[in-house]
Amino acid sequence: MANVLVVAEHVDGVLRKVTRSAITFAREAAALTGGNVEVLLLGSDVDNIAEELSTSGVSRVLYANDPAYAHYLAENYAPAIAAAAEEIDAAIVCSPSSTTGKDMLPRVAAKLEAGMVSDAISVENDDGLKFRRPLWAGNVITTVEVVTPVKVVSVRTTDFEASESTSDAAPVEAFDPGTGAADGVEFVSFDQVKSERPELTDAEVVVAGGRGLGSGDNFEMIMKLADSLKGAVGATRAAVDSGYAPNDWQIGQTGKVVAPQLYFAIAISGAIQHLAGMKGSKNIVAINKDPEAPIFQVSDYGLVADAFEVVPELTEKLQKVLD
Amino acid sequence: MKILATVKRVTDPDMKIKIKPDETGVVTEGVEYKMNSFDEYGVEEAISIKEEHGGEVVVVSIGPAASTKELRTAMAMGADRAILVETDQDLDSDAVARVLTEVVGREEPDVIVMGKQSVDSDRNQAAQLLASYLGWPQATFAFNVDISDGWATVGREVDGGTSTKRIELPGIITADLRLNEPRYASLPGIMKAKRKPLDTLTPDELGVDIAPRVNVLKFEAPEEREAGEILEDVDELVDRLQNEANVI
Ligand SMILES: Cc1cc2nc3c(=O)[nH]c(=O)nc-3n(C[C@H](O)[C@H](O)[C@H](O)COP(=O)(O)OP(=O)(O)OC[C@H]3O[C@@H](n4cnc5c(N)ncnc54)[C@H](O)[C@@H]3O)c2cc1C
Repeated sequence: MANVLVVAEHVDGVLRKVTRSAITFAREAAALTGGNVEVLLLGSDVDNIAEELSTSGVSRVLYANDPAYAHYLAENYAPAIAAAAEEIDAAIVCSPSSTTGKDMLPRVAAKLEAGMVSDAISVENDDGLKFRRPLWAGNVITTVEVVTPVKVVSVRTTDFEASESTSDAAPVEAFDPGTGAADGVEFVSFDQVKSERPELTDAEVVVAGGRGLGSGDNFEMIMKLADSLKGAVGATRAAVDSGYAPNDWQIGQTGKVVAPQLYFAIAISGAIQHLAGMKGSKNIVAINKDPEAPIFQVSDYGLVADAFEVVPELTEKLQKVLD
Repeated sequence: MKILATVKRVTDPDMKIKIKPDETGVVTEGVEYKMNSFDEYGVEEAISIKEEHGGEVVVVSIGPAASTKELRTAMAMGADRAILVETDQDLDSDAVARVLTEVVGREEPDVIVMGKQSVDSDRNQAAQLLASYLGWPQATFAFNVDISDGWATVGREVDGGTSTKRIELPGIITADLRLNEPRYASLPGIMKAKRKPLDTLTPDELGVDIAPRVNVLKFEAPEEREAGEILEDVDELVDRLQNEANVI
């Protein structure tokens, strides 16, 4: 028993890139346990995703193609994942620490009588498997061990590169979990925030705005700057709560975790709960009119200035450089 | 309708957390505690469900004796009674869920409202584990809850947007930050809370073995980022991004 099972995540017929980061974690773990990495795909008519997964660096794709999996429901997914874990004798079951992963994995752990690690940022073998994970809004990192034979792990995907595509394809096998659909639960809707921009968690550049912008309309200049750099747009909780930005943009302890090459924090004070979601960025630029704002303590480059003046100027000057 | 809400005593999220030199935990001297922020939203939701549908709100905490303070706060907000499962041990989420399973077996609530995560351990597991142990449906990360005809329709904050799910009660809901505005305890509420019943149990009395499935071996501070430079103007910023950071 040494195999590692990854649960693939997809939306709108497209594999989410965070799955590839979870595969990288799984490969690191499998190298320590001496097992294979297998991926479970639950969905309805997502053959294209099965095919994509077959060249994502795994040894096998288990494909449960069933209308019952057309829409994600933890109550239906968790038993199927547990069945797949038993089928392949998995020592580790993992998926991205996305809202889906956070929602379903504890149910999988309960079914498998497994301990679960949330938000793993590393795995190593030091007299048994050890995982590291952040807590206290990223102010503490603990090293943990799971004492149960099966271990369930949600993976903080910003800490693992996306797995590269391979030229050989792993086999795709139909898998019937035989667990059916749960009673007492109904999927109603998924209202996707449609956007031409890259996903926040994948983007090389993230431009985030805070409450200091004062209105949703003023987020326009944030979007323009993001678009000139082909980046994603993010926000603080205060900006989301104020209705300036959709919830899906929230970055931080209780929102998304991002680690782009370049992060702009505009009119953001730098509360620890916000830093928890962006401290891992390679380069941080802060623009704030308050020289004492805590964000300047983590930024590489700071401008003490009024965002309304410098952001349009910055967009224009960057555009010139890019052209 | 009987509503159960959970309350965890946590370190004040605005305080700077320090790690003990021997790396076995965080420094607790001089630290202030309060109710986990997400539980405040959960308790508020439980009380507003009661206000709409009638019934009783029972709040439960697992933790040290000092957690009675947070339970009193929840009762001052409007919860009717409280249960403390007293332990000085720091439980993992699985043990928390197994203790709660026993409490739920005794109380038989129609709906359980929990915070989606606690701001100290940041695990986001207990409610989902509990739902699985009870064989109940769950609606996590709620920003909107509507209960009628024995079902809860729940708007959820998820990656990529929002989603809506219906669960048949009994079921479990976890609160996200935009679910409601937690009320402040009024002075009469605080006075009344002092006389509301608070029962104390132990994991032992509930017959739960709280041995952890996940052991914490070591606590460390993350690598600190060094503060960079304050630049003169936009031209300098563009120049640095292009020629120093090489990101443009
Ligand atoms: C349990 C819990 C969880 C939380 N989770 C998160 C989370 O996930 N993500 C998150 O972001 N927050 C989170 N928070 C909230 C967090 O504590 C802060 O309240 C929030 O991040 C502040 O957002 P802000 O920086 O936009 O607003 P503020 O703190 O109000 O800062 C606004 C900034 O804008 C600057 N400013 C104003 N006008 C201008 C101008 N014209 N030009 C330039 N600068 C200007 C001001 O100087 C100020 O620094 C959480 C809080 C709690 C309690």
